[in-house]
Amino acid sequence: MTFSPELEKRFAEMAAKYPEGRQKACLIPMLMYAQDEVGHMTEELKEEVAKRLNISVLEVNEVVGYYTMMRKKRMGKTHLQICTNISCLLWDGDQLWERACQKLGIGHNEVTADGKISLEEVECIGACSWAPAIQVNYDFQHHVTPEQLDKLIDDLRNA
Amino acid sequence: MYPSLLHETPHPDEQIVLGKRFRLPDSRRIDTYLASEGYQGFLKAAQMTPEQIIDEVKASNLRGRGGAGFPTGLKWSFVPRQSPKPKYIVVNGDESEPGTCKDRVLIQYDPHQLIEGILIAGRSVDAHRGWIYIRGEYRYLIDIMDEAIAEAYARGWLGKNIQGTGFDFELSTHTGAGAYECGEESALLESLEGKRGVPRIRPPFPAVSGAFQCPTILNNVETFAAVPSILRMGGQAWAALGIPKAGGTKLTCLTGHVNRMGVYELALGYPVRKMIEDIGGGIRGGKKLKAMIPGGSSCPILTGEEAWELNMDYDSMAKAKTMLGSGGVVLMDEDTDMVKAALRIIRFYQHESCGWCIPCREGTMWLKKLLTRLDEGVGTVKDIDLVGDLADNMLGRTFCPLGDAAAMPTMSIVRKFRHEFEAKLGRKTVSMAGLSQLVSITG
Repeated sequence: MTFSPELEKRFAEMAAKYPEGRQKACLIPMLMYAQDEVGHMTEELKEEVAKRLNISVLEVNEVVGYYTMMRKKRMGKTHLQICTNISCLLWDGDQLWERACQKLGIGHNEVTADGKISLEEVECIGACSWAPAIQVNYDFQHHVTPEQLDKLIDDLRNA
Repeated sequence: MYPSLLHETPHPDEQIVLGKRFRLPDSRRIDTYLASEGYQGFLKAAQMTPEQIIDEVKASNLRGRGGAGFPTGLKWSFVPRQSPKPKYIVVNGDESEPGTCKDRVLIQYDPHQLIEGILIAGRSVDAHRGWIYIRGEYRYLIDIMDEAIAEAYARGWLGKNIQGTGFDFELSTHTGAGAYECGEESALLESLEGKRGVPRIRPPFPAVSGAFQCPTILNNVETFAAVPSILRMGGQAWAALGIPKAGGTKLTCLTGHVNRMGVYELALGYPVRKMIEDIGGGIRGGKKLKAMIPGGSSCPILTGEEAWELNMDYDSMAKAKTMLGSGGVVLMDEDTDMVKAALRIIRFYQHESCGWCIPCREGTMWLKKLLTRLDEGVGTVKDIDLVGDLADNMLGRTFCPLGDAAAMPTMSIVRKFRHEFEAKLGRKTVSMAGLSQLVSITG
């Protein structure tokens, strides 16, 4: 399995950043950056990373099973994450969540039939002073109104 | 290109020290930093002995800004400098305590300030390697930090023989992958080593056995970011910005039902009343303050009346049986449904419990079930009492503070707003089928 030249370069430089013999430290960054290209934690990806770090696939699975951002299945082209934790809740983040579910007809960690959009109800994303907040893939959107959310979803659907 | 995190101008009552470059054009660039006293603290530290650096930090009365509030200089002094092992610096940028969004501001607007703080810490314990662990959701901040690190290498502020001082230091970022638990220092170290983020038994503390089982200084982003100004101004002058026993300023995140939400730099000891009325412009819609969480959702809650009389510092909050925490202030107005708030908070901790310790794993699950029942209007008086009993049994019975972090706010909300839980009792009857859904094991 090969990755883009940029990612191969990143991986090549990564090992030197950790003490000799402790290269397993690369595991989480490798998986996260690879996921950006592959989409989710495929068997092939996990085997490849295990091989490169000289660890067992079981060790990779242990880690993949633990971290929320490591996707166990293919998600939408755009992953829409809506925060409903306390500071966003106080600004009706829960209503944004309900609205997105209804509009898209999917729920938590589900993908639309056309594969364009997936939804996730996320825990605090560190945007509390700009609530209610959402993340569109890695991009933050602050002070989101229901109308903005509607428009965002319509645009993504038609993209 | 990144969303702005600042109001156009600071509030006149803010005490701007860490944020002095935030509003400069190109505040992220090393040239901006160098033109604004950047790296001067490190150059000063390079002329000092490690003991002198640590004494300066001790004199500043800087306490850990991640939430625990442990005296920073003291923490650094625990690192055995004579140990033959390499020493490391680890930055906790896993900011994920609900209500907290200040490290984001520090990295987005002034990444070099953080690098300088790390260099000074490195110099104080003879460390030559560091990692900045940043939560995975903050990918754009990892990119910003990577860019700043590359700039610092290119300009000789990282790498070998930094600016001819003879001091070497290597630094890189390390991404998290979505786990609140990794904000706890020992779980963070496990995660850094490529493992599941479960806590380690302590002692030994990270100062003795931290990253890769070597002596490690591990502090929050804001703690490191405060260090350059401490060296530049002198510890005593920095301490004088705050109050006795708690030096300096604190980035405070105003969130919830307040007119002017935002991240503000306030001197420690700033009165809550002024913070809400003057800085925050009062409670939204002219309503009354019902409750306040002073520093992230794991702090015991205060009623509006209690909060009003307090100051934003460690001792004042401790006297009121809560904590200054991380600086994430959550304000709730008179219309807030406290049962819902308690349920949302426990849902978070249940989701984030790493499952290592049974009292936390099971306790958070059962608290969530009980609070769900109470919120749905099918709870009983016994359920309210059971919430208190359960939470009490979690306290102090786990490897890391997540169990306490879940129990403390829950207990305090039930105790202080019990009438709201009682008001929801028996409001609804459900069929057995409906009930079984509410108590289902899958939660």
